[in-house]
Amino acid sequence: MSQSTKKVFSFGSLVRRPEFGALIGALAVYIFFAIAGGAQFTELGGWASWLNVAAELGIIALPVSMVMIAGDLDLSVGSVLASSSMVFAITSGFYHLPTIVGILLALAFGTGVGLLNGFIVTKTNLPSFVVTLATMFAISGITLGFTRLITGSTSVAVTADEPFHSMFGILLGGKFEVAIVWWIIVALVVSLILYKSIWGNWIYAIGGDVVSARATGIPVSKVRIALFAGSGFGAALVAVIQTCLYNSAQVANGQSFVFNSIIAVVVGGVLLTGGYGSTIGVILGTITFGVVNQGIYYTGWDADWAALILGILLLIAVLTNNTFRRLALSGGKKEKK
Amino acid sequence: MSNATPILSLKNVSKNFAGYQALDDVSLDIYPGQVLCLLGDNGAGKSTLIKVLSGFHEPTSGVVEVNGTPTVFKSPKDASNEGIATVHQFGGTFPLMSIGRSFFVGSEPTKGFGPFKWFDKKFANETAVREMQALGITRVTDGDRLIGGLSGGERQACAIARAVHFGANVLILDEPTAALGVKEAAHVLRIIMQARNKGVAVVLVTHNVSHALTVGDHFAVLIRGQKADDFAKGERTREQITDLMAGGEAMEELVSELNSLTGTINVIN
Repeated sequence: MSQSTKKVFSFGSLVRRPEFGALIGALAVYIFFAIAGGAQFTELGGWASWLNVAAELGIIALPVSMVMIAGDLDLSVGSVLASSSMVFAITSGFYHLPTIVGILLALAFGTGVGLLNGFIVTKTNLPSFVVTLATMFAISGITLGFTRLITGSTSVAVTADEPFHSMFGILLGGKFEVAIVWWIIVALVVSLILYKSIWGNWIYAIGGDVVSARATGIPVSKVRIALFAGSGFGAALVAVIQTCLYNSAQVANGQSFVFNSIIAVVVGGVLLTGGYGSTIGVILGTITFGVVNQGIYYTGWDADWAALILGILLLIAVLTNNTFRRLALSGGKKEKK
Repeated sequence: MSNATPILSLKNVSKNFAGYQALDDVSLDIYPGQVLCLLGDNGAGKSTLIKVLSGFHEPTSGVVEVNGTPTVFKSPKDASNEGIATVHQFGGTFPLMSIGRSFFVGSEPTKGFGPFKWFDKKFANETAVREMQALGITRVTDGDRLIGGLSGGERQACAIARAVHFGANVLILDEPTAALGVKEAAHVLRIIMQARNKGVAVVLVTHNVSHALTVGDHFAVLIRGQKADDFAKGERTREQITDLMAGGEAMEELVSELNSLTGTINVIN
């Protein structure tokens, strides 16, 4: 028995991990742009540019990955980002209430939309794709309507007081967004939930087979609602960060995060239908996105090609992740009999 | 042995689905340490019967008794609280979860205290591997392996080990050998006997008469929702059981009809 529980490092078990494909992808694009982009890309400034993009995306992609591991999708994160930043800007910028009030209202609003998504999905049993698509449009409509009604404009200025400006909106060393710190915190929290808490086990079970999960007595609806609330909170946190950083909020902010978060999560090895994936994989997927998104500017090529590379990467990622998952399922065949 | 109180019994149970009579006045007794084989063709009501036993359906009429006490199962959770566990055809249902994690889904072991109760992965993996090895699955040594990497028989063993570990006194197995090869099926049958010898009451649903005869202590045959026969080990021959399952005379007719079409079956036989 002591021998059976001993952990031995082997290349085989590394290959079978869900993040292996993502690791190769991240390394490949980094090396590619390090060569094509020249020295500037590998210097501190280059790292800051893709880390900043990855950090903001990662704060949303990590909670979204939990939603996706549980077998759901959340397309509303873009609208939630725009509306939460507007809630903050109107509260603290337009009505001049204290910054803390604006931030708390924004975070509460994002979490609230998430709760609403979760509530509708679990009560109606409609696919989350449709429900969150509907809230995506509804929330962006509400944001535009109310912002114009209240302020008569689509852009609202706000200056965050200290210490909130330093907490959310400064550049460390003049280059690195403080969002990177928040990304690390979110990654730690998500990892604790997925691997160390019993909730993590429930999330994987729900994504694997919702009927069996319910039969074992897991509070399926509660978990799914909580996960949607989490992705709403993540979107609202990025809203606060962006608003503090740029000192203003726009109604059309953030829609790019909807598909970018799905790209990061899927490139990171999470199964689109749920039940499989890892935090490290999602972080690597997010880094891959950041590197491609920013690396293109260092090559001197037209930035329009970045989307093409991302599209091809997504396809390759899904194909290779399928292969690696098959490898994971074949685990142990070599010891047979 | 049959003088003891049955651990679970059905008394004149009927189940009606919108005018369709799935079960018609079925009575059954299930004893600890015995294997009851539930035989019948497709659509005979076997699935409905085990769903009544495991709390998925409430009977339209009739009573379910646990240890002689009439009991109503409002949900599968009620039945599992009484120690009734159901294992479905494909065993483990979370192919992409690790053995240790899926073994404890819904009843996760924790360590730590207060708000810092964490999932005890080491304990989960070791327990799952130990329980599976106790059932003769010695190939499995790493609880981090995915369920989907196990063979069909190993998955069945994992699901049975899980049920036994959580103290099931009634183990309902729905076609456990249907998707398995000969060797694997034999292993699962051996595991069923191990569970029986531990004093677990086993309900084995199958339409494989050979498998049933190998492990069964008692047999019940369902035909169109009714209990057509109910007998102990050795009271019927294999031919009688096969005929009964296929609908007796209907089989005779089929054979003669096929003979007239091909004219070769009897020649070969």
